[in-house]
Amino acid sequence: MSEQAAKPEEGGQERSFSLGEQAKRVIQGDLSSLRVVFGLIVIAIIFQVQEPRFLSAENLTNLMLQITTIGLISVGIVYVLLLGEIDLSVGAVSGLAAAVMAVLNVKHGWNAYLAIAAGVAVGAAIGFAQGSLFSRFVVPSFVVTLAGLLTWEGALLQVLGKTGSLNILDPKITGLANIFYSDTVGWIIAVAVIVAYGLIVAAGYRKRVAAGLANGNPLPQILKWAVISAIVVGAVLVLNSDRGVPLALLILMAFVVGMEYVVKRTTFGRHVFAVGGNAEAARRAGIRVNGVRIAVFTISGSMAAIGGIMAASRLFAVNQNSGGNELLLLAIAGPVIAGTSLFGGRGSVWTALLGALVIGSISNGMDLLGLSSPVKLMVTGGVLLLAVLVDAVVRLQRKETGRI
Amino acid sequence: MSSGQPLLQLEGISKQFGPVHALDRVDFAVSAGEVVGLVGDNGAGKSTLVKTIAGIHGPDSGTIRFEGETVSIKKPQDATSLGIATVYQDLALADNLDVVANLFLGREEISSGAGTVSRSLDEVRMEHEAGELLSNLAVTIPSLRSEVGMLSGGQRQQVAVARSLLGEPKVVLLDEPTAALGVPQTKQVLALIRRLRERDLGVVVISHNLVDVFAVADRIFVLRLGREAGDFKTSEADEDQIVSAITGLGDGSRGVKADAAALVEPESVPEGEGKS
Repeated sequence: MSEQAAKPEEGGQERSFSLGEQAKRVIQGDLSSLRVVFGLIVIAIIFQVQEPRFLSAENLTNLMLQITTIGLISVGIVYVLLLGEIDLSVGAVSGLAAAVMAVLNVKHGWNAYLAIAAGVAVGAAIGFAQGSLFSRFVVPSFVVTLAGLLTWEGALLQVLGKTGSLNILDPKITGLANIFYSDTVGWIIAVAVIVAYGLIVAAGYRKRVAAGLANGNPLPQILKWAVISAIVVGAVLVLNSDRGVPLALLILMAFVVGMEYVVKRTTFGRHVFAVGGNAEAARRAGIRVNGVRIAVFTISGSMAAIGGIMAASRLFAVNQNSGGNELLLLAIAGPVIAGTSLFGGRGSVWTALLGALVIGSISNGMDLLGLSSPVKLMVTGGVLLLAVLVDAVVRLQRKETGRI
Repeated sequence: MSSGQPLLQLEGISKQFGPVHALDRVDFAVSAGEVVGLVGDNGAGKSTLVKTIAGIHGPDSGTIRFEGETVSIKKPQDATSLGIATVYQDLALADNLDVVANLFLGREEISSGAGTVSRSLDEVRMEHEAGELLSNLAVTIPSLRSEVGMLSGGQRQQVAVARSLLGEPKVVLLDEPTAALGVPQTKQVLALIRRLRERDLGVVVISHNLVDVFAVADRIFVLRLGREAGDFKTSEADEDQIVSAITGLGDGSRGVKADAAALVEPESVPEGEGKS
């Protein structure tokens, strides 16, 4: 690396980034998630000006409950998008998995947890089957999962039978989306998260210093920890002033953090990125490409099932519309709005959460303003288009400046 | 450097694709600390020979000896486990991953302790080792965490070569390592090849560019129509000899020579000479 040291002007440039250049970097997507956060702030301001209830603790708590299902489904979608594939069956799978759970619990008297596990297993099995078909026969995932969409919607109607809807009374299931924790428990969770995150950051930094890789300035790490801590404290503060921290939000966050860890920090996640970036390179590097693909579709099916079960819990029911309407498209739109590429190899699980927040806020705000459903759909469509256009423009600029 | 027996030795290798003799009783060898340039016209059998060594397809007949022992290389894994690494022309890097991730792709380091269960990546160790490897090879890149897609062609080629060294191979096969590179980048890659020789590796370089081959190879092995057409010591050969071995045309009339040179060095074609 001696030649690296012999180029002082590069290092100097790095340090002397002016504010303007940093802003440019944010826009150009080095920190594309910040772009989305900025968008969220704009959305919040627009709605808050028109309807002061928007940022109330009660409405923000509602918003968290509203985005749980879409966020969970999007977590699986992010994995599929990282491969550069698509899964159109997630809406139908979420409905079917919830229906299986409900039928087993209500009609057959299964224990709630067993019924939930069965629902998730159905989602996983469907994902496994679709992934196997896609990778074994090299059929486009678009077609396989489109066939799945139709098939599993039919299966949902079949499972529900003549009545067409089932009410869920078991508190173990309905509690998933309707339990709120007391203020004390909320703060215990907050402290636990902050301490645990601090320890992880510190351990990681110490290891880098020991290996001579860190530059001896822990400030960015401390700043990162402080920002996350502030967000956690702020969230608990807001949630506690209403009904408390909802279990649903904890479930969503656990999956987002856990699945982000898997995709960014494990061998499997690295292989997902590699297959999405260059499948041939991955194959030559000895990665079992088809195994990765099948696993990803299994994850997608499982996450869809979990999302569907949360939706059923919140509604206290499963009906013929479960997992239908625009759920599928919004679950795909979310991560794309937040910066996960449709072409594979680029993105993060955080975009599932951020995208769900964007879509959820727009929908929630327009509900508060009493706007009709046609307007809601058109506005959401416009936002998706806008986000993709911004992404495309940024990509073009990066290409022009030689940064692909 | 080449003390006694070669590291890798091929004897009487033949390979037929239908009626075509892609390789016809070829003898080829490379010793430790030696760079062999493998040259020949399109369809001369260079790729087939390399693919035979790399285990992409086995030979129809002939024997392969590695460190003096007869071995059979039937699949790529056989070659890898013997210690033969291949760097293909299309590089096979994932553009969306950074340099460290590409270097360790498929052989990631796993953290010890709790991380073993989830097969968590030991990024710190990988970055440390990647830094050492690249600085040993004097490979310069903007940052170990640069996305490979943002690197120049020469840097990508160097990363690809460095990557092949992580498996601690004894023989490295390079397929057109300088194709499509600019002059300074070509220099960097050639310098890297010389450092592989200093590490006592056996290096086989396939190239169309005779200038590069002369710059880096100790020996030049010429194939023509699947047969050995010459095996020259670089110090004792001149470009005309190699060109006539490649084309199979003796150095007779001036016009023939110029035509032959056009195969390898289009810019050296004299004025008025038609394109081949």
